[in-house]
Amino acid sequence: MILDEKLEAHNLTRDEYDTIVSKLGREPNDNELGLFSVMWSEHCSYKSSRVHLKRLPTKGPNVLQGPGENAGVVDIGEGLAAVFKVESHNHPSFIEPFQGAATGVGGIIRDIFTMGARPIALMNSLRFGPLSVAKNRSILRGAVAGIANYGNSMGIPTVGGEVVFEDSYNLNPLVNAFCLGIAPKERIFLAAAEGVGNPVFYVGAKTGKDGIHGATMASAEFDEAAEEKRPTVQVGDPFMEKLLLEACLELMESDALVAIQDMGAAGLTCSTCEMGARGGMGIEIDLDKVPKRETGMSAYEILLSESQERMLLVAHAGKEAKVEAIFDKWDLDASAIGRVTEDGLLRVIADGRTVASVPNRYLADEGPVYERALERPASFATQTEVHADDVDEPSDLGETLVQMLSSHTIASKHWIYEQYDHMVRSNTIVMPGSDAGVVRIKGTPMALAMCLDGNGRYASLDPYLGGASAVAESCRNLAAVGATPIGATNCLNFGNPEKPEIMWQFSQAVDGIRDACERFGVPITGGNVSFYNETEGVGIYPTPVIGVVGIIDDATKCVRHHFQQPGDLIYLLGETHDELGASEYLKAVHARIDGRPPRLDLDVEAALHGLMKDATSQRLLRSAHDLSDGGLGIAIAESLFGPLGETMGAAVAIEAPRRADGVLFSETQSRILASVAPESVDTLSALAERHGVPLSRIGVTGGERLDIQINGTHAISEMVATLRETWWTAIERGLSS
Amino acid sequence: MPRFAVCVFPGSNCEEDVQYALQNVLGELAELVWHKESSLAGYDAAILPGGFAHGDYLRVGAIARFSPIMDAVRAMADDGKPVIGICNGFQMLQEAGLLPGAMLRNQTLTYICRYLYLRAERADSPMTQTLANGEIVRIPIGHADGNFYADDETLDTLERDSRVVFRYVNEAGERDESSNPNGAAHAIAGITNEQGNVVGLMPHPDRCYEPELGTDDGRKLFESLVAWTKDHA
Amino acid sequence: MKANVIIKLKSAVHDPQGETIGHALAGLEYDQVTSVRQGKIFELTLDVSSKEEAASMAREIAERVLSNPVLEVFEVEVED
Repeated sequence: MILDEKLEAHNLTRDEYDTIVSKLGREPNDNELGLFSVMWSEHCSYKSSRVHLKRLPTKGPNVLQGPGENAGVVDIGEGLAAVFKVESHNHPSFIEPFQGAATGVGGIIRDIFTMGARPIALMNSLRFGPLSVAKNRSILRGAVAGIANYGNSMGIPTVGGEVVFEDSYNLNPLVNAFCLGIAPKERIFLAAAEGVGNPVFYVGAKTGKDGIHGATMASAEFDEAAEEKRPTVQVGDPFMEKLLLEACLELMESDALVAIQDMGAAGLTCSTCEMGARGGMGIEIDLDKVPKRETGMSAYEILLSESQERMLLVAHAGKEAKVEAIFDKWDLDASAIGRVTEDGLLRVIADGRTVASVPNRYLADEGPVYERALERPASFATQTEVHADDVDEPSDLGETLVQMLSSHTIASKHWIYEQYDHMVRSNTIVMPGSDAGVVRIKGTPMALAMCLDGNGRYASLDPYLGGASAVAESCRNLAAVGATPIGATNCLNFGNPEKPEIMWQFSQAVDGIRDACERFGVPITGGNVSFYNETEGVGIYPTPVIGVVGIIDDATKCVRHHFQQPGDLIYLLGETHDELGASEYLKAVHARIDGRPPRLDLDVEAALHGLMKDATSQRLLRSAHDLSDGGLGIAIAESLFGPLGETMGAAVAIEAPRRADGVLFSETQSRILASVAPESVDTLSALAERHGVPLSRIGVTGGERLDIQINGTHAISEMVATLRETWWTAIERGLSS
Repeated sequence: MPRFAVCVFPGSNCEEDVQYALQNVLGELAELVWHKESSLAGYDAAILPGGFAHGDYLRVGAIARFSPIMDAVRAMADDGKPVIGICNGFQMLQEAGLLPGAMLRNQTLTYICRYLYLRAERADSPMTQTLANGEIVRIPIGHADGNFYADDETLDTLERDSRVVFRYVNEAGERDESSNPNGAAHAIAGITNEQGNVVGLMPHPDRCYEPELGTDDGRKLFESLVAWTKDHA
Repeated sequence: MKANVIIKLKSAVHDPQGETIGHALAGLEYDQVTSVRQGKIFELTLDVSSKEEAASMAREIAERVLSNPVLEVFEVEVED
């Protein structure tokens, strides 16, 4: 194969190749070219995003480990640390939704227990094209079943997340999986190889030809029977991973382990050279000792296989028997495949010959870094604010509310989350479908709250606002349940970074995230970038997804989103402006996707979080619900529906200098809907004044109807049961269409 | 004080929930016992918890029945001591022949995690002793294979001998289709053996033993187990 | 030596997976398909010397482990 073809097959540019040659002082052999190809890929090297990600705040008083490891680590008190990260599995889920989504969950779980943490919660952020398209329905069914299959088998509850439907994700779904674990603060394991002569073990599933990057094109012998040897979809084995999880956690309690890393993207290559580079060491591995599922695998294939459920670990010399005994208890084989060396090289042996020899740092740390061109798209400047007066006024707002509740983005996601075990470990104290997932930490008074949020539509119309709003909404969701954010993780899903307009979106979104994180004091402790989300040259909405984790010091102070008692007073915290641009109302009712997304004043938002912190810690709120998609009208409706089928009506009357649809469906940021016992009202008002948050009393809970009056005129009068039925069944109806 | 053995298989994932409910909530003595153990000497009751033993790869509960511990479980059942299978544990007891029937895939073909209403069909079993006959409790299920199947003769026997312990019902205590999302025959959620000391149930009392988890109805079932075990010691 | 164990649901047992596939086929206008039943096949590779030995071992394994007599029936085929 001539060089140009080889480089194309390996997705390396001529410049990158020349850099490799000058670093090595020679031409790389085919195996080495494969190593550089995967390690210098966008996925592993962050070559397009690195210069931008540097702008994100990553430090904070509680951060024990920031970006660069398998996951971020934050001190949560009581001698414990929370370990968490979100990661995309968009491309595999596009190829095969069930296995793609399942192995996405498997991968993020490995990232967490690799650090020594017991995974206690999963979430996922999913985006699909409209359910009116048959293919999207089957992608949804497949991805959800795959996530369920993996997470349920692992015995880790899936406690929350988000599901969004937009044309932009037609045939190009986004699957972002999040996992959180808990570890003793003093016993976090890092992936840095240390100690010359220490043995390197391979544990878990055998290596097959799964997902070998570019392998079909890379070698002439692949020409025949290419069909048979085409890189296959990775198939997850959650049972294997469950055994690995338990065995690894047991090993971590022994004194045998030095360092450990999972084999994810780029498999054995990535884990070996990253562990070596982090510790400043070399690693020598013998491929003949790698357990293989298939016969006749080449060195190239073994190095680049992405078979799932595999871990690489460095043990203390002399403790080999202990390592083997623990894995044996779990019916797993631990194979010693190499050792730590002092020369800094990744040296690969096969059939007694050295088949690759490259300094670890060239692969892991010295990949290319690009400052790609940025260009603001012309369409950006043309977006203007959209007000109620710019659209036709609906004749029946009750019908409009029903239409909004039927929108698949707003409708209940129970058809999805009921396929996930969300109760195992018996810690889930806020069910999915609320603002945030909340799990208590047994043995402490605490609970941890977590949520994933993003709004691709906002980001496509204004990527800076899209980034900042995702952070604001996540933190607001945590505020609603009574939690204080302690750290965040991000998953940045974008199109082709070689296009200046995409890169501009990316840069803007990062700036938005940075500003919001800095203002709220929430460090980003890790995450992932997914570029090239395109089908037939059309990119998805730029979709920054933010996962925030927060602490509730006293789990009994956790607040639910739904009304609890009849006769409670309903308050809106925060101010409403006439902002319909980019709203769900504009899309669902007027079939318009345009306009400026709602403004975000970070100081106003922070004041609201401050108020919520005091109000929840003083137990002043009976319920609290974040306002986001669909605005006040949807927040009120959702507050009528409890997670176990409970319902409660409300009578609402609002005075505002604007049209009713603008009042109900504006998506002004920085607002929360709360219900308050009458005796708590004075304290809450005083608190709101102190925090400078406008507070308006808009109604009272009770009854079986939702009645809404706006400016003295009847706007909505519907039976709660009818509204709930619409909202509850909309996705099932969409799937059976 | 009775000692409860919670048997752990590779792939089990509810063992700690069962142990916590018995030990931390009710103050009893509950220990995890690895499936490679061949004796349960010194234990007064055995619980097979939920999960995905051996990945459920062959059939749900199928491979677990060959574990060494299952002989000890069988001996305990023969001794008249309480043996409880919850969810995957129920499926294991069926595969091991300690309880009749088998579980088919839910009729939705999906895993379902949801609170359901159950009606206690007899008030003298190890899991219902402290309930009233006909009492309604609200306890979640979490499984993909809870569609109880047995041939007509077996179903007739179960009904005739009052061996159905729990049935899926609606809030009012009546059987209807939407309350039995698995499609289980006769809306069966739990059964017992002829001697009445082995109980299998698909719903998870180990997920609802404190009100902040949704309900604390599961606590009543564990209280029942403790009382029955003490009464029959 | 290879032995295939084919496991089928007993005819009386409801098979929602098979029915769902049947509905899908009807939707694809395979109107001639009147019923679909889903089963499993296990390919056993056995280190034995005769076909008879292979068949009897496969039958034993099928009966003891691979099938559930409450729900399923099985057939064994031995290949050379």
